[in-house]
Amino acid sequence: MPPNSESARPDADVILSLSDVRVHFPVKAGVFKRTVGHVKAVDGVDLDVYRGEVLGLVGESGCGKTTLGKAILQLVRNVTGKVLYRSDDKDTDLTGLDERGLFPFRKRLQIVFQDPHSSLNPAFTIFGSLEDPLKRYGVKTRKERRKIVGDLLEAVNMRPEAMDHYPHEFSGGQRQRIGIARALSIEPELIVCDEAVSALDVSIQAQVLQLLMDLKQSKNLTYIFITHDLSVTEYLCDRIAVMYLGRIVELCDAEELYGNTLHPYTEALLSAIPVADLDRKSKRIVLEGDVPSPINPPPGCPFHPRCRYAQDVCRTVVPELKRYRSDRGDHFAACHLVEAPEAD
Amino acid sequence: MAETGDLALSVRNLKTYMYANNRCNKAVNGVSFEIHKGKTLCIVGESGCGKSVTASTIMQLLPTLSRIEEGEVIYHSDDGDIRIDQLARNGRQMRAIRGSEIAMIFQDPMTALNPVYTIGFQIIEMLLYHTRLRGRKRFNKAIDLLRSMGIPLPERRVREYPHQYSGGMRQRAMIAIAMSCNPKILIADEPTTALDVTIQAQIFELMETLKRDHGTAIMLITHDMGVVAELADDVAVMYMGNIVEAGPVGVVLRNPVHPYTRALLESIPVLGRGKNQEIRAIPGQTPDPYDRPKGCQFADRCRYRIDQCDAMPPETQISDYHRVMCWRYEEFTANAAE
Repeated sequence: MPPNSESARPDADVILSLSDVRVHFPVKAGVFKRTVGHVKAVDGVDLDVYRGEVLGLVGESGCGKTTLGKAILQLVRNVTGKVLYRSDDKDTDLTGLDERGLFPFRKRLQIVFQDPHSSLNPAFTIFGSLEDPLKRYGVKTRKERRKIVGDLLEAVNMRPEAMDHYPHEFSGGQRQRIGIARALSIEPELIVCDEAVSALDVSIQAQVLQLLMDLKQSKNLTYIFITHDLSVTEYLCDRIAVMYLGRIVELCDAEELYGNTLHPYTEALLSAIPVADLDRKSKRIVLEGDVPSPINPPPGCPFHPRCRYAQDVCRTVVPELKRYRSDRGDHFAACHLVEAPEAD
Repeated sequence: MAETGDLALSVRNLKTYMYANNRCNKAVNGVSFEIHKGKTLCIVGESGCGKSVTASTIMQLLPTLSRIEEGEVIYHSDDGDIRIDQLARNGRQMRAIRGSEIAMIFQDPMTALNPVYTIGFQIIEMLLYHTRLRGRKRFNKAIDLLRSMGIPLPERRVREYPHQYSGGMRQRAMIAIAMSCNPKILIADEPTTALDVTIQAQIFELMETLKRDHGTAIMLITHDMGVVAELADDVAVMYMGNIVEAGPVGVVLRNPVHPYTRALLESIPVLGRGKNQEIRAIPGQTPDPYDRPKGCQFADRCRYRIDQCDAMPPETQISDYHRVMCWRYEEFTANAAE
């Protein structure tokens, strides 16, 4: 049974549906730049995103979470598979569209980048950076644009006068809030937050997290929250997808993930997080070695060289993402060693 | 304060100022702490609070336009105490201590390692200056060090360059360099901030082993309260050049007294507390180091501010081990005990 069956959550409204999404980058070598292999950054991802939810995408660096985020927005080319975006009860496959075809969807899907220092153009004032999308999407007069930008800055708890200043005059937290304001400027429906708080100081992180949650409430947004910090996802997300080497290895409700972990990788990941709570000392499961190269992934389960439960079957057969039942909705995991799911 | 034999390093009322553009940044402004043998002291704080400057002061690795204005840094070596702050920055004695007695691991291994020399050469360099090992023995020692850090195929890896290592392995190689002369004190400046959690767990495991097997005293600089709970024996919370609260980790994390420590603990989501946990952001941001508030540095962001906070609060010893810098500590101690 593919994980995207209709019965997954019939009451909820799917906004984005990925099926078998792959992003392979060619590796070129030699004088003639011949293709000698492919980096399989994203290697077959199936995923539904429901309207109004916060979906967490977690994993170590190099597991393809950022590439998947960019593939959703069509910011990388060579995406294969289907990225279906549903608006007004019509599904559109974004992968087949050219820039002109994508234009109406650029308005609905936005992104907040990780590094607030490099994602704002230092030569433009804040107004200059923020008015561009407004211009493109038909706000004709400068006066109107100034008013909208002013309102946006207020929405992210900054003074409207800030719009006439340059990025270097702001701190990291303020810049990140400007980045959020820019993503909001054309009233998107879905925002991909790519490590939006990772570069910020701890005391500023909480400010930005709260801002994101408030905006979600007031503007009825859907977030895909990409991060490596599992403590943040637990606080923020409704559902969490754990990625490893370009694939989703576990996908379920956030509470379910922390309460009833199925995949050994998630188990190790959770145990490795330092917890600021003295009464909660658990045994760290230390994984050996590093994430294998996505150019040449190991045969079978990509996690088997580091897995402490690995058996023969893991070394040869790639596990499918299978559906398990739980009290908190469906729970998907890709592991041979988890007991077989009940037949439907 | 007991002058016992288990002290590795004491810092007393240390002030390090940095000068730039005719202005003075009081980066470290009166800091005192002790590191015990075989124990880990964690220094926590946000960026710009003076954690790294404290570390560089101990190593005498400060930039040219900065100096130790006041205070003492005492290294309790096996042959008596040495006042590190009085040694010439690059004098013979300081160079003998730096690396062999007190070693340091930096945040970003890619910039700390020299890209044009092999890892092996960079380990051997330490052994060349600080030990009597010669020739083949030195080379073998380098291989042994890499092996003990859990690097696979050390015989081959020793001839490789930093770019051929992965992030986690580079950090291990750095620790191998730092540990090559069995230092008494290891200063780790955010050693795992650039690494993934699974690799971070490997590095922590390694540091625990070093502490246990060699009795190394560790000073760990971090901004992550989770790391503190996991690794520290003692903790010092820094804010704008002062240690605002310090004590054993059990006391400080269970009964935090200073409003800043409390705010820090409340501002991060804690794993396992679910979706309904409340996190409370700290309002505002750290003050400009050239334009500091007159009194308590945290006053502008503090929920408990009173008029008295316009003056700098003194360091108060609440119990034998626990000290705090806040005017209203008595009220907070009372309600922390509840």
